[in-house]
Amino acid sequence: MLKLEKRPQPSRLWTWVTPILAVVITMLAGGALFAALGQDPVEAISTIFWQPLFGEFAFYYRPQLLIKGAPLVLIAIGLSLGFRAGIWNIGAEGQYIVGALAGAGVGLAFYPTESWVIFPLMVLAGAIGGWVWGTIPALLKLKFGTNEILVSLMLVYVAEQLLAAMALGLMKNPEGRGFPGSRNLRQYESAHNAELITGTGMHWGVVAAMIAVILAYVLLSRHILGYHIRLAGQAPKAARFAGVRSARLILFCLGTSGALAGLAGMFEVSGPAGQVSIDFNVGYGFTAIIVAFLGRLHPLGILLAGTLLALTYIGGELAQSNMGLPAAAIQLFQGMLLFFLLAVDVLTNFRVRLSRPEVA
Amino acid sequence: MMILSSIDPVLLLASLMVASTPILLAALGELVVERAGVLNLGVEGMMITGAICGFAMAVNTGSPLVGFIAAAAGGAVLALLFALLTQFALANQVASGLALTLFGLGLSSLLGQGYVGIKPPPTARLDLPILSDLPLVGRVLFSHDLMVYFALALVALVWALLKYTRAGLILRAVGENHEAAHALGYKVVRIRILAILFGGACAGLGGAYLSLVRVPQWTEGMTSGAGWIALALVVFASWKAGRVLLGAWLFGGVSVLQLNLQAAGLAIPVEYLSMSPYLITILVLVIMSADKSRAPASLGRIFHASQ
Repeated sequence: MLKLEKRPQPSRLWTWVTPILAVVITMLAGGALFAALGQDPVEAISTIFWQPLFGEFAFYYRPQLLIKGAPLVLIAIGLSLGFRAGIWNIGAEGQYIVGALAGAGVGLAFYPTESWVIFPLMVLAGAIGGWVWGTIPALLKLKFGTNEILVSLMLVYVAEQLLAAMALGLMKNPEGRGFPGSRNLRQYESAHNAELITGTGMHWGVVAAMIAVILAYVLLSRHILGYHIRLAGQAPKAARFAGVRSARLILFCLGTSGALAGLAGMFEVSGPAGQVSIDFNVGYGFTAIIVAFLGRLHPLGILLAGTLLALTYIGGELAQSNMGLPAAAIQLFQGMLLFFLLAVDVLTNFRVRLSRPEVA
Repeated sequence: MMILSSIDPVLLLASLMVASTPILLAALGELVVERAGVLNLGVEGMMITGAICGFAMAVNTGSPLVGFIAAAAGGAVLALLFALLTQFALANQVASGLALTLFGLGLSSLLGQGYVGIKPPPTARLDLPILSDLPLVGRVLFSHDLMVYFALALVALVWALLKYTRAGLILRAVGENHEAAHALGYKVVRIRILAILFGGACAGLGGAYLSLVRVPQWTEGMTSGAGWIALALVVFASWKAGRVLLGAWLFGGVSVLQLNLQAAGLAIPVEYLSMSPYLITILVLVIMSADKSRAPASLGRIFHASQ
């Protein structure tokens, strides 16, 4: 009989092997899924994971990797802080939307003035917007003991409605011939989050994601606050005795992850997306949850995982146009990844032993 | 006042019963799961999977009954994945529940590709000779589809089961203190798996009710947070079956009222009215969350029999 034996400490080896194992299993299961849909599995997998990087049109798709990866990494870094401490912000999608609305709102308010201050102000507004949306569940949790999972998630739906209201109302382009959606910020130089180096996909959001990775790494490995976050997650009782103030931790984790998600939204709306529209949000806030777990809640891991998930987005679009693979298949593929990761994770915390039934 | 008077209270009450049924079913299932000490955040994913499974089967066979059975099965299969993850692989329940929701949303839109824009076969309605024709009462109470009554019966069943039977007592024991229950010789893991499967089946039924009766058609992501509201409902109900019913009516009432206000052309943009169910959910959580003592003591904790 197979028996699980708890390891005294999580295995360091398996901590890093399991994500890779999960990716491999997901590729196999995904291949089976694509075969079931009547597609050649090898072609499908190579279209998703190989073509965007090394295929004929790689020059077009490689920059996309940064564009899609930046919001994922930025959001996941924020989420990982809370997840480590057992504080579950799953409403990043909402914070992303509100950040975008706040950022775009500031930009649109200045239209058509041109000034270098506008973009920094938009960045600030985006961060504040996300921070506010993330702090609501934190305050309610502290004041009333509400569950932050449910509140942050409910706020996603509220934010989606707010987005629709803005795209159809206040922020609608007055010169848009009645179509929903705001002015295109890409045509407004002072508010445009332009490519920094032409043809690379590098924009300010990518820079922000890199800075977030570095800061999170320093915070977690060098700073007392990072230590408290890890302590609160691994040994809540010990954390209390050590004088960790959970209220501050909750406010910090939810607020920071909100601000980062808001920044991601702001960089997206002023750059790749260009405008506030009803279908502005594409689920980065939820995919970032997968990124955070796949990256083991570690900043460098998240960087890798974010790149991988960005690849599935790009490869997924490619497979959609080249092979007619449904978009939902990619969504399912990403969901499977988290599933398999959680399943193989048992090897990190437990040892599998073969045991004979003992004689009592 | 003009607007309010254009809303027919009888019709409002009648549609309240229909609007509350999906979240009632899903919340009832989750209640049993949580009473067994397991927190399954995958309700949304199981609901939407049930919605498409039920819809597809009902359209293909022409029988809503087969559809509902398929929906329950679909929800339960998805729940089984959660059970495997949390009970055997001992994965974190919050993360596993989220995975289930993401997976279910993807799976459902993949399965639902060929079903957009189709009308499902109608579900049978209760038609009692005299009662259904009664003015007011007949319309509100006695002329709904059969699933409304099934959901109500299920509330009574779960309530009685938890309160008066041995099986209910064991389930509660497992949820309150899994170590003690294990020491007494109860199969903690087996009981929890059964509860999780029940929860999945209920969520699936709730989802199918949306796609087959309430809406009735299939659109991607059509549950739009109903599964999460169901989770909030369990907190609202302080883990009591009877109060789940009360809560479901409250939420059903709010969503029906805001739809009516939209239709009546209130001078507020539709989007702000559409926010109301979610805002009310938050409000209710704020009011109800002060007292945590009623939550099952082992809720969300991993059980591993080390000896």
